[in-house]
Amino acid sequence: MNVVVCLKQVPGTTEVKIDPQTNTLIRQGIKNIINPFDTYALEEGVRLKEKHSGRVTVITMGPPQAEEALREAISLGADEAVLLSDHAFAGADTWATAYTLSLAVRKLGADIIICGRQTLDGDTGQVGPELAEMLKLPFIAYVSQIEEIAEGHIRVRRMIEEGHEVMETTLPAVITVVKEINVPRLPSLRGIARSKSAPIPVWDAATLGAAKDKIGLAGSCTRVIKVFFPKRVSRGEKLEGDLKSQVEKLINKLKEANLI
Amino acid sequence: MEYFLTEQQKTIKGLARRLAEERIRPVRAELDEKEEFPWAIIKDLAAADLFRVFIPEQYEGLGGGCFELCLVVEELSRVCSGVAVSYAASALGTYILMDYGSEEQKQKYLPDVASGRKLTAFALTEPTAGSDASAIRTTAGKVSGGYLLNGTKQFITNGGEAELYTVIALTDKAKGARGASALLVEKGTPGFTFGKKEKKLGIRASATRELVFKNCLIPEGNIIGRAGMGFIMTMRLLDRSRPGIGAQAVGLAQGALEAAVDYTEQRVQFGHPLISLPVVQDKLAGMAILVEAARALVYAAARTTDSGVKSFTEESAMAKVFASDAAMKVTTEAVQVCGGAGYMKDYPLEKMMRDAKITQIYEGSNEVLRNAIAISLRKRKARTP
Repeated sequence: MNVVVCLKQVPGTTEVKIDPQTNTLIRQGIKNIINPFDTYALEEGVRLKEKHSGRVTVITMGPPQAEEALREAISLGADEAVLLSDHAFAGADTWATAYTLSLAVRKLGADIIICGRQTLDGDTGQVGPELAEMLKLPFIAYVSQIEEIAEGHIRVRRMIEEGHEVMETTLPAVITVVKEINVPRLPSLRGIARSKSAPIPVWDAATLGAAKDKIGLAGSCTRVIKVFFPKRVSRGEKLEGDLKSQVEKLINKLKEANLI
Repeated sequence: MEYFLTEQQKTIKGLARRLAEERIRPVRAELDEKEEFPWAIIKDLAAADLFRVFIPEQYEGLGGGCFELCLVVEELSRVCSGVAVSYAASALGTYILMDYGSEEQKQKYLPDVASGRKLTAFALTEPTAGSDASAIRTTAGKVSGGYLLNGTKQFITNGGEAELYTVIALTDKAKGARGASALLVEKGTPGFTFGKKEKKLGIRASATRELVFKNCLIPEGNIIGRAGMGFIMTMRLLDRSRPGIGAQAVGLAQGALEAAVDYTEQRVQFGHPLISLPVVQDKLAGMAILVEAARALVYAAARTTDSGVKSFTEESAMAKVFASDAAMKVTTEAVQVCGGAGYMKDYPLEKMMRDAKITQIYEGSNEVLRNAIAISLRKRKARTP
């Protein structure tokens, strides 16, 4: 079972500050971490390998410092890692990112590609499905349990709003996982030792054979025009009066709304 | 204080701390309350390679010594001493095998200890033999094909949970202590059962149990080293393991000091945080001095043990006695400065105070160890012209 896990290095906070001039994230002074959702993807990949043998390769597209995230992934059980890095990749939206990742996955080959459900910073949840689309592979989102995996076939349980669904598909396939799927392990001492010395190849646009108009800002279908925090609006209504009149008002409101 | 740790030692200490914070802190009160053996945490320790720390590299370990073991024990104990001792007992149950075992025995057992698949335990104490270890009555009479083990071991840490036991028994009853040998006994050997599980004041997450041997046949190949060497092996083992108890005490005291500082900073009385009162400051400073002095002595003793010197009885006894007395004092003072909150089970300090007491008692009571130090002083005096 050869597994490719896609991960992203993100600022280690949910309260990301945005530079109002450039509409980009302010990264100074914030420690970078592996996107938390991707840690579940990595853990699931490592568990698959431990159970069915094979290899886990982690890939990330990012600046040179994203290598730290890959080294951490090795300390957590990944066998090898590849950094996709090139000035030409800068400014990529989810589409251009998925395109770049898809080239790397093709080059590596995989039985299953696992991504986190979304990132902490971008929060779109689009890269996983777009990657599947570009690889022309089946895709299942929000996987909370791999029930069965065998040669050429997988059955999973996925979260939906009302509960869960069980789905089957052929392999290779792309899945995104939710945090309910596992509890990620801590690094191991041997893993840490290996992560310090493991060679991490850097693949640029030329290595990947990427079309220039499909990567980075040039390959992006979307542009960020404005980033803002929505105003918090409290929309509740307080019912006044004694208990009896409050209950009457509440019942009338529920009737008006056709709820009772 | 700068202790000049190597990169590897810093990594070990850092990982042990992270594991303690993330996996042990959230459940320590529950483990203590339920007296539940921490299997989930043992699995985490194994997955993090922390059982590899004290095993030689050729048996899938990381080749660390007493010092590296102390770093892990200290960090685990800072959060929960009951978990720390369950981990450390697996080293205690393995040292005689590592030091005196045959190549075949080491190949057979050590990789499983390193991976954490098997916990081990050391069994010496008996109802009639505590500080006077030479008074053991468990026998292992020679029969064809091996030794027939009969007797009862008491208060055995990791009893029932461990897969492999280093048992000290008399292979030659007539010779007394000189007739004692160390035997490897696997759980599940016919005739080997577990007796009473003890209920304890502290370190309640750890398992302490009776081992009962009734005509339990131990294969010839499971004797460690030469017959009759068991008592000497035991004395050397305990010299080597005592800095680990010191490290357990240092971790406990460190955890208590931190909890006391946190609480006294938040708690406002008479319009000021408690920590601004000179009487509280005096206590906290005294505690901090004891913790650091204990750590320095434990680290120095552990390094002495690893240095290859011939005898380190005094050094390791001093470290164990000083650190355990410090832990008792620091945890008691920590409860005191936190007042009612210190006494309540919603806070961690009463547990730490209960946990501290055992460090003054086991692996040589502090009284017996002071006696051993005094004997060394007299011997040295006698040798000086």
